[in-house]
Amino acid sequence: MCRLSAITSSEYISPMENILSLETMKEGHDGSGLGLMLKDLGGPFKDLKDFPILSTICSNKGVEDLTAFMRSRGFAEKFSWEPAIKNVPGVERRDHYLVKVYDYPAEYRDKPKSEKEDLLMNTRLAIRKMGEPDGSIFAFSFYPDVLTLKEVGDPLQLGEFFNLDKSDIKSKIVLAQGRQNTNYAIYLYACHPFFIQGYGTMTNGENTAFVPIREFLMGRGNPGYMGYNSDSEVFTHIAHYVNRSLGYPLHYYKDVITPLKEKEIDTRSDAQAIRLLKRSLRPLCIDGPNCVIGFTPDGSVFMVQDAKKLRPGVVGGVPGKYGLMSEVCGLDSAVPQRDKSTDIFPMKYDMVIIAPGAREVTVWNQLHA
Amino acid sequence: MEPASRLDQNHKLSLKEFPYIIRWREDRCTRCGRCTAVCPVKAIEPAVNIQRTVTSEGSSPEPKVTRRLTHVVKQSTDIERYCIGCGTCALVCPTEAIFPEYNFQHKFYHFKNKGGIPYMRGGRRNDPSVSTLDKLKFTRISMLTDPALDAGRHEFRIRTLLGRNLSADHLPIKVEGDRLTVDPNVFVPPVREIYPIRIGSMSIGALSPHMWEGLAMGITYLNEVEGLPVVMCSGEGGMPPSILKSSAIKYFILQIASGYFGWDEIIHALPDMIEDPCAIEIKYGQGAKPGDGGLLQAYKVLGLISKIRGVPQFVDLASPPTHQTKYSIEEAVAKMITSMSMAWGFRVPVYPKISGTKTARAVLNNLARNPYAAALCIDGEDGGTGAAYNVSMDKMGHPIASNIRDCYLDLVKQGKQNELPLIAAGGVGKAGNLAANAAALIMLGASAVDIGKYIMQTAAGCFGDEYNRCNVCNLGKCPRGITTQDPKLYRRLDPDKVAERVVEVFKAADVELKKIFAPLGRSTELPIGMSDALGVGDKDIADRLQISYVC
Repeated sequence: MCRLSAITSSEYISPMENILSLETMKEGHDGSGLGLMLKDLGGPFKDLKDFPILSTICSNKGVEDLTAFMRSRGFAEKFSWEPAIKNVPGVERRDHYLVKVYDYPAEYRDKPKSEKEDLLMNTRLAIRKMGEPDGSIFAFSFYPDVLTLKEVGDPLQLGEFFNLDKSDIKSKIVLAQGRQNTNYAIYLYACHPFFIQGYGTMTNGENTAFVPIREFLMGRGNPGYMGYNSDSEVFTHIAHYVNRSLGYPLHYYKDVITPLKEKEIDTRSDAQAIRLLKRSLRPLCIDGPNCVIGFTPDGSVFMVQDAKKLRPGVVGGVPGKYGLMSEVCGLDSAVPQRDKSTDIFPMKYDMVIIAPGAREVTVWNQLHA
Repeated sequence: MEPASRLDQNHKLSLKEFPYIIRWREDRCTRCGRCTAVCPVKAIEPAVNIQRTVTSEGSSPEPKVTRRLTHVVKQSTDIERYCIGCGTCALVCPTEAIFPEYNFQHKFYHFKNKGGIPYMRGGRRNDPSVSTLDKLKFTRISMLTDPALDAGRHEFRIRTLLGRNLSADHLPIKVEGDRLTVDPNVFVPPVREIYPIRIGSMSIGALSPHMWEGLAMGITYLNEVEGLPVVMCSGEGGMPPSILKSSAIKYFILQIASGYFGWDEIIHALPDMIEDPCAIEIKYGQGAKPGDGGLLQAYKVLGLISKIRGVPQFVDLASPPTHQTKYSIEEAVAKMITSMSMAWGFRVPVYPKISGTKTARAVLNNLARNPYAAALCIDGEDGGTGAAYNVSMDKMGHPIASNIRDCYLDLVKQGKQNELPLIAAGGVGKAGNLAANAAALIMLGASAVDIGKYIMQTAAGCFGDEYNRCNVCNLGKCPRGITTQDPKLYRRLDPDKVAERVVEVFKAADVELKKIFAPLGRSTELPIGMSDALGVGDKDIADRLQISYVC
C-alpha cells in the first residue's frame, strides 16, 4: 500500500520530517518512488509568494527548450533553484531538477486570479505536451507558493539524493507519498501527489472506478483534466471540480466521492441538494477503497476515505502542527509530543479538515452535517 | 412389373424436409391419445396401419400370413401442420413413448411459403451460435491492492437511474454560507431509481392474461416485499383499467407505439390515477423486426384484448412501422416526448425505444440535445417478438453490444454519459446467463437492460429456442399458455407459479450480479462504462468494443 504523510504546521518544516515518517511506515520492500509537494514555502522562496513556481525535471535539451518557450510566452524568470544532488546508489540521476520562479507576462499582471490560474495551467500543459514525447521535460506544478519534487527510488534514499536534510527548502504544508512496489518502471507523471490550480492530493488504495471517473472528468471541458497515468490523479481533479469549478464548499467533496445512501440523505438539512448532486455526479463515486489526503488553495488540509478502506488513515498533532498519515507510526514520528488519545481515525462518514496555519481541526460528519 | 401403388409423389414432402421428426416407440405407447390431443399444430394424429405377420409353428416350415390392424401415431407431412418441436407430446406422454427430434438437414424454409405467404412466426433470431455478450468475461479482479469484496456479506447497492440527469452545472443549486440549497422554482426532470434489469415491453395481447398477471404479481412482490425496484413495460396495447388506477402503476412503464392501441383507455383513466407510472416508453422500433410495425394477429384478438384496445375481435392489429403523424425523429422528439410529458405534468420520464441500427447514434445525438428526453432504449437483433416475418427476425437488425458501446462512447465524447441513460435490450440472457450479460452491457455503457424472452423461458417454461423450436406465439397456439388468448390453453399456466418464478429469477440474478461486482471491488454505484473490467478472447471484438483482448 502506498505510504502517505502530510504535515501542516504554523512553522516552516523540512520535508525530511515527512520522509522519516514514511520510513517508519515502511513495511517490507515497498518504496519505489517519492513525490513531495510543498506549499506555503519558506527558505529562498519566502519572499516570492505572489509569483508562480514551475517545478520540472529536464534534460539538458529540455532546459534550453523550456527557457525559449517561457520567454516566448512572456514569463520573466525571477529566481531559479535546483537541489544539490548527492549521488546515491540505486537512484538514477537526471540532468536537472529545475524549480523556477517567474513573473507573469505583462498583460496578465493585473488580471483576476482565476485568469492567472488558467494561464498557469495552460502553460504547464503546453510544457508537458512539448516535453513528453522525448521525455525532455516533466512539468509537475506551476503555481504560486507550491513546489514539487518527484523521483523513482526509495524515499529515504531520495531524501539523501535531494540533500533535503541539509537543504534550506522548507514549507508549512508538505504532502509526501512513498510509492508501493507494484511497479518499478514508474512513469514520473504517475507519481503522487498530483496538482491542479492550487489543489494537491495523494491517495492510497486502487481506484476501481477509475475508467468511468476519468471519462466523466475528461468530458467536463477543462483541458487540465488530462494525464491520468495514475488512477489516483482523478481524486485531485474531482476536488478541483467540486470546490473550484462548481464552487461548492470543500466538505461536499465527501458527498460527491462517497455519496450517502438514499435513506441516509433524508437525515441531512440539505437533502434536496445532495440528492441532486448524487445523481448528477454519479460517475464520480469512487467506490473505494481509498484514502485521500490533500490541500486546497487557501491552505486547508484534509483527509477523507470511503467505507471500504480497511486500514484507515489517522490525523493527530498539537495546535500549530498536525500530521495526516496512512499509519499511526508515521504520526508518532512526525508529532511525537501529541496527546495520542486525541488522535482521529476518520470513519466512513468523516472528513477531517485542518484550517490554514494548522490552527483548528474539524471533523465534518456527513451523516449529521 | 408395375408396383401396387404409384411412385410419382414428387410434389409431396418427405419427413426429412421437416425441422422436427417425431420419434415414436410403438412398444411403449399405450395408445392413450394424449399426445395427439395436445399437439398444438396437429402435426401428429392417430392412424391405422395394416400389419402383415408371417408365422410358422411346428417342426417343419409352414408359413402362415395374417393381417391385422394396428393403431399408430403418425406425423403429418403437410407443411401447414409441420411439427414445431415444442415437445408437448413428450410432456404429456405417460410412458415416454414419444418426442420430437431436431433434423439438422431440414429444408423447412424452402417450403414454408405456401400460397405466396412468407413464413411468419414468433420468437427471436434462429441463431444458436455463441453471442458476443456470452463471449465477454470479467477480467479485472481485485487482488492485493484493493481486496475483493465479500459478495455475501458486503452491502451492495445495485440500482440505476431512469430519467434525465441534469449536469451539475445546470442544477438549480446555490451556495448559502457553508451549505447548498435548491431553488424550488426551477424545473428538474423526473428521475426514477430502479433495478437495472427490467422486464421489457410485452403487451397484454401478445401475452396471455395469466402470463401477464403472473409477471405483474411478480414485480409487485419484488418491489413491495423484497425491496427490489424491478419495473416492467406494458408493451403496446394498454393496461387493464384496474391496474391503471391502482398504486401498482408506479411499477409499470406505459408504452405508446405507432398503433396507439390501448391509449384511449389510458387517457380516460388519467383523472382517476392515484400514482404516476414509472415512465413512458415511445416505441419507434423493435430489435426482432426492425423497421416493421407491431403485429397482433387476428387469432389472438379475442374479448379482453378487443376491449382494452378498443377494436373489434378477430382482426389483425398491425401497427405501422412508424408513427404516422410524425415524419422525422426530430419531430417525434420535439412533439411526442413533450406532449407525453405534459400529460403527466412533467412528473414522468419519457423516452424512446428504437431498434438496434447503424443510425442509432444520430437518434442519440438528437435526444442528447433535447432536455426532456429521459433515456434511449436500444433493442438489438436478438430481441424477441410475438409475431413477425421470419426474414425480419433472422436477417434484419444490429447486434446490441457494439451498438450500445458506440452510443455510450459518443455520449462520453460529449460529456453526457450520465445525463442520458442508455437501456440495452435484445438477447440478454439468450443462453441463460442473465446476470453476466446484464453486467457486460452495463460495463459497455448501458444503464439498464431489458429482458423478454428470457423471462418467458425461465418463469413460464417457454419452449422456444434458437433452433426454431415452437415459436408459434403469433398463432395463439402457445402450448404453455404464455402467448395465447385461448382460455383452454392459458388455463394451463398458473399465474401464481409464474409470479414465484419471477421473484426467484430476480433474486438469483441479484446474487449473481453481486458475485460479479464483488471481485471487481464495486458495490456502491453501478459500474456503468467500467470497460476496463471486460475482456474477450477475440481480437476483433476487443478492438471493436475498445476492451482488452485476453487469451
